[in-house]
Amino acid sequence: MTRALGRALTYALMVAVTFVLLFPLLYAISGSLMSAQELSRYPPALLPSRPQLSSFHDVLQAIPLARQYLNSAVVAIAVTIGQLATAALSAYAFAFLRFPLRNLAFGVFLATMMIPWEAVIIPNYLFMSSNGLINTYPALILPFLAAGFGTFLLRQFFLSFPRDLYEAALVDGCGHLRFLWTILVPLSRPALASLGIYAFLQTWNQYFWPLLVTKTSTMQTLQIGISSLRDTEAATAPNFILAGVVLALIPTLLLIYVGQRHIVRGLTSGAIRG
Amino acid sequence: MEAVEVRGAPRAIVAVGPRHRVREVGAAILFLAPSLVLFALFTFWPLIRTFVLSFYGNDIIGRPTLFVGTSQYRQLLSSPTMRETLVATGLFALMTVIPSLLLGLALALLLQARIAGIGVFRTLLATPFAFSVATASVIFAIFYNPGVGVFNGFLQLLHQPPVGWLTSPTAALPSVAIASVWLQLGYNVLVLSAGLQAVPDEVYEAARLDGARGLALLRHVTLPLLTPSLFFLLVVTTIISLQSFGQIHILTRGGPANATTTLVYAIYYNSFAFGNSNFGLSSAMAAVLFVIVVAITSIQFGLLERRVFYR
Repeated sequence: MTRALGRALTYALMVAVTFVLLFPLLYAISGSLMSAQELSRYPPALLPSRPQLSSFHDVLQAIPLARQYLNSAVVAIAVTIGQLATAALSAYAFAFLRFPLRNLAFGVFLATMMIPWEAVIIPNYLFMSSNGLINTYPALILPFLAAGFGTFLLRQFFLSFPRDLYEAALVDGCGHLRFLWTILVPLSRPALASLGIYAFLQTWNQYFWPLLVTKTSTMQTLQIGISSLRDTEAATAPNFILAGVVLALIPTLLLIYVGQRHIVRGLTSGAIRG
Repeated sequence: MEAVEVRGAPRAIVAVGPRHRVREVGAAILFLAPSLVLFALFTFWPLIRTFVLSFYGNDIIGRPTLFVGTSQYRQLLSSPTMRETLVATGLFALMTVIPSLLLGLALALLLQARIAGIGVFRTLLATPFAFSVATASVIFAIFYNPGVGVFNGFLQLLHQPPVGWLTSPTAALPSVAIASVWLQLGYNVLVLSAGLQAVPDEVYEAARLDGARGLALLRHVTLPLLTPSLFFLLVVTTIISLQSFGQIHILTRGGPANATTTLVYAIYYNSFAFGNSNFGLSSAMAAVLFVIVVAITSIQFGLLERRVFYR
C-alpha cells in the first residue's frame, strides 16, 4: 500500500516538474494557436479556446520566413558536412598515422577549443567585410567548417579500433583515404552521428555571428528573423512570433528527442564551443 | 628500432618501410591541411589580430589604424563603466552557473527514480537543449512583458504588485539570468544524468548494506562519485555564461542603465551598436575575455586529462 502510494507520489512529482520545465515550449505551442487578443488577455489564457493556424500564416507574411528557413538549413547542413569531413580526416591522422610533431599538432587542435569565438569575432568580421563577403553564405559557413571538438571526439572513437585493422588494410594495399571511407566511416556511425547532431544544433541555433554578417532580411537566418520580430510586433501580436518560434524549433526538437542517445555519448567528450 | 619491430611482427614489414614512412607523413599533411588552414584563417590569425587591434584606435575615417599603445587597456582598468561591466559579468555568471548546476542536479537525481516510463521523462527533461538563445529569449520576453506577460499575471493572481522584470535596474540582470538558467538546464540534466547512470548499481547496494540511506547515501556516495561531472559542468557553464550574448541583446540591449551590459555585450556595443565602430576598444575587451576563458579552460583540461582514459 505505502509502496503504491510512494509510486503515485513519484509520478505526480515527475509530471509536475516536467510541466514546469516544459512550460515555455507548451506556452509557445499553445500561444501560437491563439488569436492575438486571447494571448494578451488577463488573466492569461493557458489553452486556446478555439485553436487556429492564422498566426502561422501571419508570420510568413511578416518576414521572409521560408527563405530564412532555407538559409538556416543551407548553413547548418553545410557546416555539419564540412565538420564531419575535416574532423574525420584530421582524427584519422592523429589516430593512425605517425608523423613528426604529432603531439604538438594535436595540441594546436585542442587549443582551438579554448579560444572563445567572441574573442576573435571582430577580426573575423573585418575579414569578411574587407573581402566583400558580408551578407553571403560563405560568411555564415566558412569559419565553422573545422572543429577541434569534432577531431577530439572522432580520434577517441578511432583509437578504440584495434591497430591490426589498420595494418591489415594497408598490407592489402588499401589506401588511407579508402580505408577511412570504406571501413572506418561505416564502423564509426555512432560517433559521426554525435558530432553531426552537435554541429547541426550549434549552427542552427547561432545568434551573434549571423546577426553581424547578415544585413538583409532575405539573407538572415531563422534565429535572427524571429528575434527581429520582437522589436516591432511583440506587444501587439505575440501569437505570430510564437508561431515563428515553434517553426524554428521543429528540427532541433526532433534531433533532441530522436537522437538523444547520440547526444549523451558526445556530452562528456569535451567542452562545446558556444 | 624498426628492425626490432619488424622481427617481432613479420607482417608489419610493409607498414614500416622507409618509403611508407614518407607516404604516411605526406598523408598526414594532406589530412590535416583542411582543418589547419581553416584554423589559421578563422581562429589563430584573428586571435593575433585581436591583440594587435587592441593597441589601435580609430583614425579620422573610422579605421583602426592609429597606434595608441596600452591606453585602451588603461581605459578598461580605470573606467567606472568598465568596472560595472565586469561586475555585471561576474554577477551574471554567479546567477546562472550555480542555479543551473543545483537545479540540474535535482532533476538528474529525480530521474534516478525506478518507475516505468522514466525514459520518457528523461527525454522530455532535455527539452531546453533544443532551444536556441533566440527562441528561448523571445519566449521569455513575452513572459516578462509588464502588461500581458504570464509572470506578472501570475503575481497578480497572488495579489502581488507587478515587477518590472526587464525595466527595473535591479531586476533586469536576474531576469536575464532566469532565462539563461532555463536554457542551460537541458544540457546540465543530460550530463549529470549520464554521470549518475555511470555509477554501477553494486556501489549503491554495498552502501545500503553498510546502512547508508537517503541523504547520507547522497552525501557520502552519490555526490563524491558525481564530482567529475559536476566539475566539468561548473567549468563549461561558467564559460558559456561568460560568452552569453543573445539573451542580453534580445531581452534588454544591455540596459536599463547598463545593468545587463556584460563583457561580450560591451564588445558588441562598442563595435556594432548605434553606428559605433570602436574596434580597438572592443578588441581590448576581447583580449581580456580570452585571458579569462583560457584560465578557466586550462583548469578543465588539467582535470579532463586525468579523467578520460585515451588509449
